[in-house]
Amino acid sequence: MIQVEHLTKRYGSVTAVSDVTFSVDKGRIVGFLGPNGAGKSTTMKILSCFMPATGGTARVAGFDVFSQSLEVRRRIGYLPENAPLYGDLPVGAYLEFVAEIKGVGRRERRARVEEVMERCFIADMRRRLIGKLSKGYRQRVGLAQALLGDPEVLILDEPTIGLDPKQIAEIRALIRSLAGQHTVILSTHILPEVSIVCDGVIIINRGRIVAQGTQSELVEQVFPTARTQVEIGGPPDQVLAALRAVPGVTEVEQLTGGDGTARALVESPRDRDVRADVVQLTTARGWRLLELHQVGMSLEEVFIRVVAGEQDSDTLDAMAGETRSQA
Amino acid sequence: MRWVPVFKKEMRLYFGSPVAYAFLALFLLIAGWMFSQIFLIYSEMSMRSFMQPMGGAQSLNPTENVMRPLFSNMSVVLLFFIPMLTMRLFAEEKKAGTIELLLTYPVRDGEVLFGKFLAAGAVYLLLLLLTLTYPALMSAFGRVEWGTVLTGYVGLLLLGAAFLGVGVFISSLTENQIVAGSATFGVLLAFWLIGWGADAAGGWLRTLLQYLSIIEHMDGFGKGVIDTKDVVYYVTVIGFALFLTLRALDAKRWKG
Repeated sequence: MIQVEHLTKRYGSVTAVSDVTFSVDKGRIVGFLGPNGAGKSTTMKILSCFMPATGGTARVAGFDVFSQSLEVRRRIGYLPENAPLYGDLPVGAYLEFVAEIKGVGRRERRARVEEVMERCFIADMRRRLIGKLSKGYRQRVGLAQALLGDPEVLILDEPTIGLDPKQIAEIRALIRSLAGQHTVILSTHILPEVSIVCDGVIIINRGRIVAQGTQSELVEQVFPTARTQVEIGGPPDQVLAALRAVPGVTEVEQLTGGDGTARALVESPRDRDVRADVVQLTTARGWRLLELHQVGMSLEEVFIRVVAGEQDSDTLDAMAGETRSQA
Repeated sequence: MRWVPVFKKEMRLYFGSPVAYAFLALFLLIAGWMFSQIFLIYSEMSMRSFMQPMGGAQSLNPTENVMRPLFSNMSVVLLFFIPMLTMRLFAEEKKAGTIELLLTYPVRDGEVLFGKFLAAGAVYLLLLLLTLTYPALMSAFGRVEWGTVLTGYVGLLLLGAAFLGVGVFISSLTENQIVAGSATFGVLLAFWLIGWGADAAGGWLRTLLQYLSIIEHMDGFGKGVIDTKDVVYYVTVIGFALFLTLRALDAKRWKG
């Protein structure tokens, strides 16, 4: 449904997007993930025909975004970053304007507007001026206008930004419900959002795609082995030796632990879960098990790993912190 | 026909905010004051010519002596007022970012422009209709030559549309409404002042400057003459301004 090949966008001497290639199949929801300024919005502006690329091609629903822009625009619903809307219009009147400009027939216009207002939980706001709405409501009006006209492809730039946790859950469920009939590409910098909403992930950093695939593919790609972090109260040397002896363990890396305890990262093949063995081992030897969990399994860790090479750690820590607080 | 929703939206924005009301009310106040002053001077003049039987009664035609100076005064006042209508048309959309949505809807740039231009034109037309009060009032006191009044209004319509065209174009160049408004005023004023230079210049330069002067072309209409030269001038200005606006919208897309 969306094919992007070698897409490049330069603003003067600044390269915002560089040689980006990906495709999205019909009915799938794909998340565009990356730190701020990574090129997510630029890519979406190109896909929505707002600006042309400097190089490469992009096709939406089989039409080229540059040479067949009008055909593409008939088939997309776009929510730009920060949902720019007319503050001086009431919600209902604004949505009717959008329905009309998208070519929704006069007779069904009112019904369609009503329907998207219900879906986005803004029906009780129809007479309010958009400018007087809170950020969360504005964002939902933005989503409503994107849904009008029942477009095949939805391009949503940060759809849940500015919403409270309950609203975020509602909007995520709404986007989730679009899968199947609609193809959705959404950007976010909230990592858990991608796990919850999307089928596929594209991680972009400094204008380049650094990883893409389904979530499990990415985890496997980035972390080929399963890793288990353990901390065991017991003589460190003996503990480490015992861990190495566990069947299937390929490597044991010692981490700095507390006094009289051993902390280690235990690697094993993906299909071999060593946690049960570790528990058995500690009880058999009379040691105390202080910590035991698998690491390198979440998208967050994948993200940090693939972006880390090019990003300073402060930004990453900040992002990880933000992610946790927003999750 | 996708210009229709754009037109309706712009009309809603004009009348949903104080813009249209302020534009209409202030203009009518000023034009009304001018009309009453011109009318008073005229009645004094006709009184005096009545006392002196030798006075040339044929030059005291009310249409010629009231409506024609009123038309030319209104032309100048429009210089100040038209930017009020046009300054927000594109500048506001660019500032608020709404242009990003507008231009990604399935609608051509030309349709967007046409809808906006027509909306500003509609407010202006409403203003002209309201100023018909003046000739109507005058007809209560004397015989008004409606034909001449009509050509005067055709002239005002063309002049206003040319002003609107220039204003829309300048609005598409900036995202600051104040800049758009004052630059429009400046450009229109320059096109008016060119005519003053014509008096000092001679030969071909004089003809050229006179031809370029945007208000000079209004004079014939006020006299009841529709000259092709004047119509062509205004239509050219409108067409060229709208063409440049389309280029500006396109350029914005390219630069991002």
